[in-house]
Amino acid sequence: MTGLSHNAQWVLVSTLMLGSAAGLVGCIAYWKRQSLMGDALAHAALPGVVGGFALLGFKSLPVMLAGAAASALLGALAVAAIRSHTRIKEDTAMGIILSVFFGLGIMLLTIVNRMPGGGQSGLDKFIFGQAAAMVRQDMLVMTAAAVVVLLVVLISFKEWKLYLFDPAFARGLGLSGRLMDAIWMTLLVAVIVIGIQAVGVILMAALLIIPAVSARYWTHAFSRMLALSALFGGGAGAAGTWISTLGDGWPTGPFIVIAAAGMFLVSLLFGLRKGLLVTAMLRRRQVRRLRAETVRSETLAEGEALP
Amino acid sequence: MTGYDGWILLTASLVGLTCGLVGSLLILRRMAMMADAISHSVLLGIVVAYLVTRELSGVHMLIGAAAAGLLTAVLVQWLHQLGVRQEASIGIVFTTLFAIGVVLIATKVGNAHLDVQHALMGEIAFIPWETVRVPGIGDIPEAVLMLLIVLAVVGGLILALYKEWKITSFDPALAAALGLPVAFMHHLFMAMVSVTAVASFDAVGAILVIAMLITPAAAAYLWTDRLSVMLLLSGLFGVASACAGYAVAWLIDTSISGSMAFATGVLFLVSSLAAPRHGVLARRLRARRAGAAPSRAQRTTGA
Repeated sequence: MTGLSHNAQWVLVSTLMLGSAAGLVGCIAYWKRQSLMGDALAHAALPGVVGGFALLGFKSLPVMLAGAAASALLGALAVAAIRSHTRIKEDTAMGIILSVFFGLGIMLLTIVNRMPGGGQSGLDKFIFGQAAAMVRQDMLVMTAAAVVVLLVVLISFKEWKLYLFDPAFARGLGLSGRLMDAIWMTLLVAVIVIGIQAVGVILMAALLIIPAVSARYWTHAFSRMLALSALFGGGAGAAGTWISTLGDGWPTGPFIVIAAAGMFLVSLLFGLRKGLLVTAMLRRRQVRRLRAETVRSETLAEGEALP
Repeated sequence: MTGYDGWILLTASLVGLTCGLVGSLLILRRMAMMADAISHSVLLGIVVAYLVTRELSGVHMLIGAAAAGLLTAVLVQWLHQLGVRQEASIGIVFTTLFAIGVVLIATKVGNAHLDVQHALMGEIAFIPWETVRVPGIGDIPEAVLMLLIVLAVVGGLILALYKEWKITSFDPALAAALGLPVAFMHHLFMAMVSVTAVASFDAVGAILVIAMLITPAAAAYLWTDRLSVMLLLSGLFGVASACAGYAVAWLIDTSISGSMAFATGVLFLVSSLAAPRHGVLARRLRARRAGAAPSRAQRTTGA
């Protein structure tokens, strides 16, 4: 960490915690087959952020994040409503909510940027993330929230496992599916809200998807996948932030995503469980064994036929 | 001034029409999120095309964007074949390509003509000023020319292969059994989506093109069960929301592309409530009527 200012070290710590929390929540999303839900809700948070600013007329992170949470939740409810009340499928519903909410956000942003003081609000930073623009208090809020998310997932680890892999058994044990659904949605929105300042609304999805998929290449066990995904997410968060401090005004989000993509590529190639290299080696060994077996059985057959 | 407004309305309507046509097939083929992915990665295609040729002309951008769109489709397919879930592979591919595009803009091309703001939201207000001379017609905005060409190509392909699109969209297994080139149609369609995305890019930007692609088509899907009617309605809805969005933006002085996206949302909301057969109100009414008076089938069987 030499050469980094005190502030930059704090930024590193907070994006590390954020990445870990996103990695954990992303794992649950992966097994719920809702990887792209995070993408839709992150985009849907934009009008809330801008609305929170417009309501007060000055920048207050808690109010803006509350606005983000409210509009992301509204987006989640809207997706659910479209899915259950019309014949539109979930992926189309997510596309609609994502783009329409984002459009509303852009409308509000254009209006707010014209307001007195709006130009310096730094609202644009929420689109691609700018960790360097965060002040100490923001980072404390972010880190604390990330720790809460981490704790919630870890404490109810057994419940998540049941909920994801054997919902029928979970119901039999009296675990409420609706309660878990609600907690899951809250966790997802929480991670998105704390993440948008550093990663931005557009690329937040990457931090929820890539670490989980990468972790899948190393293990078959859910517990280890969670741990690895948190590790990858944290690593990508810290690495991306560090790279973005090297240039002047470089956005943080894209570098975090590129760091995560690098980890994915390594996992895809060298992962111990499903990686391409291991799979190719296993296949080769199998082919060789099969060939040896056929040769042996052929010689046996000839031997039997001879006398 | 009327000429200026006229060009903007024409551009917006062309975007609405083209996106509406392509969008109908898009949601019937269950590829809404693929459009999300392609419209994001188009950014990388445009940046790379700019870095290679050092000019922002329509043709280069169109080729770059089509290539980026196809690259996205191929990468998603490849990851999916390697065992990554479809939605996860979409998420990985487009965020990574988009991130690379943003980094290239932020670090290399930043002070050039390309900027991130423009890429995201489009600059429809500048379109009437960037004109090209077309022999026989006179000066028309470059974006309008590009949109007209793309509309002709996309519309022509949809009309010419209408039966094929219908079968491959509704029953891919039957299409394959009949010997139709399903994979080729898939890639052709991906190329059509990318080209539409890039032609609309100047006007509405990378993200809001998703609204124009998906939402009018989804609204049209609630009004009808016939593909031909859906295509027409979807194009019409696209044009209507483009014009309504422009009017709203003019009234409250805000982003034109944002208002257009928002207008598609309002249109969808109205459709989901009021559509005659698949709307929420019609369904409620049917349910109530069925509850109050048993249907004829129930009465005759005595149930």
